[in-house]
Amino acid sequence: MSRLSIITQDQAQTTVEELYKDLERRISASPPGLCPVDLAASFLKVCHAQSCGKCVPCRVGLGQLQELMEAVLNGEADLGTLDLIEETARNIFYSADCAIGYEAAQMVLKGLRGFRDDFEEHILRGRCKLELNQPVPCVSQCPAGVDIPGYIALVAEGRYGDAVRLIRKDNPLPAVCGLICEHPCEVRCRRTLIDDPVNIRGLKRFAVDHAGEVPLPVPAIPTDKKVAVIGGGPGGISAAYYLSLMGHQVTIFEQRKHLGGMLRYGIPNYRLPREILDQEIDHLLSIGIQVKTGVTVGEDPDITELRKEYDAVYIAIGAHTDRKMGIEGEDAKGVISAVEMLRGIGDGEMPDFTGKDIIVIGGGNVAMDVARSAIRLGAKRLRIAYRRRAVDMTAMREEVEGAIEEGCELLDLHAPLRIEKDADGKVAALWVKPQIIGPVKRGRPAPVDSSQEEQRLACDMVIVAIGQGIESKEFEKQGIPVKRGVIDALNWSGINSKDLTGVFAGGDCVTGPATVIRAIAAGKVAAANIDEYLGYNHRISVDVEIPRVRLDDRKSCARVNMKERQPSDRAKDFELIECGMTCEEAGQEARRCLRCDHFGFGILKGGRVEKW
Amino acid sequence: MVNLTIDGRKITVEEGTTILDAAALAGIRIPTLCYLRDINEIGACRVCVVEVEGCAKLVTACNNKVWEGMVVQTNSPKARKSRRNNVELILSQHDCQCATCVRSGNCTLQTISNDLGILELPFEKKLPKASWPMDFPLIRDAKKCVKCMRCIQVCDKIQSLNIWDVAGTGSRTTVDVSKNRKITEADCALCGQCITHCPVGALRERDDVDKALDALADPDKITVVQVAPAIRTAWGESFGLTREFATAKRLAAALKQMGFDYVFDTTFSADLTIMEEANEFLERLKDKDAKFPMFTSCCPGWVRFLKSQYPDMTDQLSSAKSPQQMFGAVAKTYYAQILGVDPARICSISIMPCVAKKQESALPTMNDAGAGQDVDIVLTTREICRMIRALHISPEKLEEEEFDAPLGTGSGAGVIFGATGGVMEAALRTAYFLVTGRNPDPDSFKEVRGMDGWKEASFNLAGTCLKVAVASGLGNTRKLMKAIRKGKVDYQFVEIMACPGGCAGGGGQPIRDGAELAGDRCQVLYGLDKVSSLRFSHENPSVRKCYEDFLEAPLSHRAHELLHTDHHGWQMPGEGRE
Repeated sequence: MSRLSIITQDQAQTTVEELYKDLERRISASPPGLCPVDLAASFLKVCHAQSCGKCVPCRVGLGQLQELMEAVLNGEADLGTLDLIEETARNIFYSADCAIGYEAAQMVLKGLRGFRDDFEEHILRGRCKLELNQPVPCVSQCPAGVDIPGYIALVAEGRYGDAVRLIRKDNPLPAVCGLICEHPCEVRCRRTLIDDPVNIRGLKRFAVDHAGEVPLPVPAIPTDKKVAVIGGGPGGISAAYYLSLMGHQVTIFEQRKHLGGMLRYGIPNYRLPREILDQEIDHLLSIGIQVKTGVTVGEDPDITELRKEYDAVYIAIGAHTDRKMGIEGEDAKGVISAVEMLRGIGDGEMPDFTGKDIIVIGGGNVAMDVARSAIRLGAKRLRIAYRRRAVDMTAMREEVEGAIEEGCELLDLHAPLRIEKDADGKVAALWVKPQIIGPVKRGRPAPVDSSQEEQRLACDMVIVAIGQGIESKEFEKQGIPVKRGVIDALNWSGINSKDLTGVFAGGDCVTGPATVIRAIAAGKVAAANIDEYLGYNHRISVDVEIPRVRLDDRKSCARVNMKERQPSDRAKDFELIECGMTCEEAGQEARRCLRCDHFGFGILKGGRVEKW
Repeated sequence: MVNLTIDGRKITVEEGTTILDAAALAGIRIPTLCYLRDINEIGACRVCVVEVEGCAKLVTACNNKVWEGMVVQTNSPKARKSRRNNVELILSQHDCQCATCVRSGNCTLQTISNDLGILELPFEKKLPKASWPMDFPLIRDAKKCVKCMRCIQVCDKIQSLNIWDVAGTGSRTTVDVSKNRKITEADCALCGQCITHCPVGALRERDDVDKALDALADPDKITVVQVAPAIRTAWGESFGLTREFATAKRLAAALKQMGFDYVFDTTFSADLTIMEEANEFLERLKDKDAKFPMFTSCCPGWVRFLKSQYPDMTDQLSSAKSPQQMFGAVAKTYYAQILGVDPARICSISIMPCVAKKQESALPTMNDAGAGQDVDIVLTTREICRMIRALHISPEKLEEEEFDAPLGTGSGAGVIFGATGGVMEAALRTAYFLVTGRNPDPDSFKEVRGMDGWKEASFNLAGTCLKVAVASGLGNTRKLMKAIRKGKVDYQFVEIMACPGGCAGGGGQPIRDGAELAGDRCQVLYGLDKVSSLRFSHENPSVRKCYEDFLEAPLSHRAHELLHTDHHGWQMPGEGRE
């Protein structure tokens, strides 16, 4: 008999570990639109299986809660049952010995608070309150509703031009999105249930890179309607493109020198090269869109004049003003905003940061963009100061990792206090207060001041990247409704005003800073509703035949990730850092798609929207 | 062309053919349950699974296409076991009360299960609970629903009313009235197409056979039954009789044997409808302020559709009642007079190919004879077939018998009411006569015949060009209505029937899973019209006598009281709420 022995997992335990991983992936790719009560009851069953069984509340209580919830689902409960569920869950929460019990009860309580009306609907009417549907996950997660299974199947067949034409039906900027879309489509990809989500954005880029020039469709017979689009960002361009396809005469009014909005004045060249952006925009404009740059609508002309001259107006001015931190010393020379810096770069005015010691404040994508740009502009040292932990940053993980690889130092849990000026009023240092991470509030961990001393971080420059706002004042004066700093528009893009008809708004100026694909989607929605407002019903469709499904595509095969140029090379220039997939990779990746438009609910309902 | 092998047989089929169709071409029948050609190809029941060489997973034959060199096994052990297991799983949630089910003997699930030789179930039976208003003309039994989704698809794709939808997710997924409504709150047209496309007994009409049997058993009641034109095209299907054998007169014999006191033909009141509607139309043509088109009003499914979807156009419906309701009103007035009895003693029963007729007879406006509802009981074709069985009548042994006089006489024009285009054609024959004073060739208006969902034609009516349209199926109807709204088309007279093909394809007709029989049935009606000695409604001697002795003239005061209705006298769910 040995005194100690090495513990190894037996086969059952190893298998269970694998099953945990399977379940994790399954939960993370949970299809949208499920009955929340049914899910809550199922989660509770998992929680109960995790119970060691020692204590009463957990061993017995969780079981009783399950029975009660089943009764609700089976229409065998009354409203009193809900009280009993709540009471029991609360007792378990208070009296369970360990987190397995009390956190399970907490989940039940959360559900009762979050969808009590749905519990009640099950009791009173024997069904789910929500109008549930089970759409194709990627398509429903894409704000613009791009036919993703369709174009992936086309890529698999090598029909890249058709893939681009199919994408353009719902999103006129495939080249842009192939590089910088945040790809919400991948979040619930059903392929995750097998291994990893399909690299949808990468395949889009591949299609664009290999399609050559794909001609635009022929616009509808010209109407005599004129539409003004204010703002030449992705949303404005999208609306203008679709409205032109529908036969209307569209003019884009752009405040700056060039079109592109945040694509040009927010996103650095190394993520979205200017020649690709220019090429895509110029191609879309060739459909017959008029452009007036250097015009500030609101000042001259004002919105009322514009509305008189045009049959409809779409406001898509984005969110381009910087936010102030409101700390002492913010007015020091050498403190600049990210918006200001990226705007200059957008117009080709490259600042020289050679030898500078720079601190960027913020943890979003814009903070990473300015940090990585500053490195490329010669900064000697670059630090990113952020209040929360690195994992809490809102920037995409690959952006944060990229910045670190290129030499940025991350100072997480550092809250800016004040900026110290030298005698000339220039930045001398940033003072920060070290933080300790605290409770999770509304899903995000909140930092609090730690007991450590304030720190002085000597530096030459501070770049502030803590978010953007919109320039709404002039519009508000002219009767455009503004609510909480953004334009008040309804879900069909019409502005929320009875006095002004024919004025629509969408994108960042309505939602606050968001993503390019949401701006594109807003432009698409606006185009449809403006067309309707003008008294037409032009439908946008494309005559691309989708390849038939393959029946042999379910073997495990992990995801092809995008590769990047080596950090030491790429940090020296502003050239594109992401490498496209190889033909071999794209073919393999495209064949991973499970074709949820054919398999599963998609074949019954919502599998394909052929026109809009 | 694509070459493939199915169960060892080599076959060449066109590209794009499904495995199911390719197998059928090779003489191999793969069982299906949820599949409905062109309407429901969703591979939900997984009964048609087959094994394809090179694929580990089984493949549904109904919605996957063949490829070059494909090797298919429809009966490999893997396919056979899975198919059987899936049927067992379906049965574990199906209320197999076959002995008390209207679809027993005509149930696709029952057939498949029997064919596979499933004698016992390895699973515990679990049936859902759901309540349903059992007095509603359309009944859904959640315990029998196999979630094939056909009802949803038929209502969406063919009828465009979207009454049904998938409800819930996970284990409790079921079919229910869409948008979380109750059926009584829904704008259901009651066409019954969901019933005729249900593979099992989950959907059916409210069964009123007992009410009819009670009436027959009541010595104080005088039972007066009318038989709609479309019944003669289809009733024999339930008994395996040919259309040539299962005639109207043989059904009349069955009804008489059951004990109905007077057996009449709705064709009579179809002719009456033409007299009223043709005259009304000619009056409207003279009226400068009249809105066109005028719509026919004999199909209650269509009336429900119009009132719920386009309520502002309700006044464009002909005010003429449907033949069923005209018959009921005449039976309890004119015919009661002829019999010299108190109309309250008359029990007026109709046999209809239709579910909406049950609801129509119960409308608060349908009691103009003053003796309760003008039609007391409505039975579908399927119910009368069940009743024939219940009374142990062997129709194959019956000799034909004549309908009773005088309400048993109808013209060929009345007979074709049961087919799409028939009402239009009958009305035009008489309108031509009313305008010109002479009969047209009875086949002059045959352009409006046929199974196209939306037909149009123009005719010269004594110098005026008359543009007419005919639609059947509510999806086609919606297209037509949209075109009218947008001013893309311009008609004076439009006939609509809610069911594809008209009453011949009605939601109350016998069911044969997977087959659309309306076209064949319509041919029976046109055949009867062709050989009829009477081909004009206005020449029907019984109709003429009814006007002479009782109604005076078309559109007379009495005709208006009894034969016309106010379509605003009742409301559809949701109507007038805006």
